Amino acid sequence: MSSEAGQQHPLGIYYKIWVLLFFLSGCSYAVDFFNVQGGMRWGLVILFMILKAGFIVAIFMHAVWERMALVFTILGPPTVLLLLISFMAVEGNYASGTRYQYMGHDPDAVALTPSDLHGEAGGHEEAAEEH
Amino acid sequence: MSNVAVNQTGAQSGVNGLVDDWTSDKQTYHVPWGKAMMWIFLVSDTFIFTCFLTGYLNVRMTTTEPWPVQSEIFALSFFGSDPIPLILIAIMTFILITSSGTMALAVNFGYRRDKIKTFWLMVATAAFGASFVSMQAFEWSKLILDEGVRPWGNPFGAAQFGSVFFMITGFHGLHVSIGVIYLLIVATKVRKGHYDKKGYEIVEIAGLYWHFVDLVWVFIFAFFYLL
Repeated sequence: MSSEAGQQHPLGIYYKIWVLLFFLSGCSYAVDFFNVQGGMRWGLVILFMILKAGFIVAIFMHAVWERMALVFTILGPPTVLLLLISFMAVEGNYASGTRYQYMGHDPDAVALTPSDLHGEAGGHEEAAEEH
Repeated sequence: MSNVAVNQTGAQSGVNGLVDDWTSDKQTYHVPWGKAMMWIFLVSDTFIFTCFLTGYLNVRMTTTEPWPVQSEIFALSFFGSDPIPLILIAIMTFILITSSGTMALAVNFGYRRDKIKTFWLMVATAAFGASFVSMQAFEWSKLILDEGVRPWGNPFGAAQFGSVFFMITGFHGLHVSIGVIYLLIVATKVRKGHYDKKGYEIVEIAGLYWHFVDLVWVFIFAFFYLL
């Protein structure tokens, strides 16, 4: 369908993808709102992320209708980034392991939150925590 | 022996071949050159953002301080209600998706040569983009002034949180701001009829940039705010 005349498609598909993107973003937000944690959180957030990214590239950026030469130019080079990400993850895992082992930090330390810090000043945050 | 070496296919080798290959009338991408160039720019931009996000992955894995809880830091309360987690970020996400939709429609109406609709849809896209940047400015000022988050430290936990936050969202916000200006320039030229002869690929090219900005936000939203 790609040609000199440019990408010309019925409007319906854009509306459908638009609604779908809204739905998927809502799902991602729901994961946080309902405080899903652990592997389930990672799985769901990454699943919705990949679906959203895929639909944006495929339909809004017209990648499914482009010729294969262009599609491979777009999608090929970024795949080597997966290698970079996996290397940095392996290296990061090793570095954090040695730091915990030799530098005496507490692996179970918990970060502070705004309500911890503004507890006295804010007032209503403290009240909210008591509920 | 002064003849230039010629191989079996008839193409020249060596330096002459190099010049030949790059200057012969061959075309790989059967799209307007501006679109091919925009795609190549976006691929290189993908590398920049991935390097930022990979750097974030690495410092977050290696820091021995606890990572601040994004869900609570980016919570916002309205009119004294209990703080709603990540609400501003969610609104920003929906605004960017809305703007992506109006942009997709603008591209479509551009190819239909409907100048008025294309113009207004692009202006709407730019307006959504500008409101996104304003919300980001609000978010930054809240974090800097109220919470005391700095690129070199913050009161919650790992110091890298601030540098990663300002670096990644700042670079993305810069892309959105440039996109708003770019869209407004193209929209004005569309209305004036600059592309009547050249064709309306330029709207699609501007659209590619805009969708890419939305695409990057999808990853930032997931990795920085949700996980």
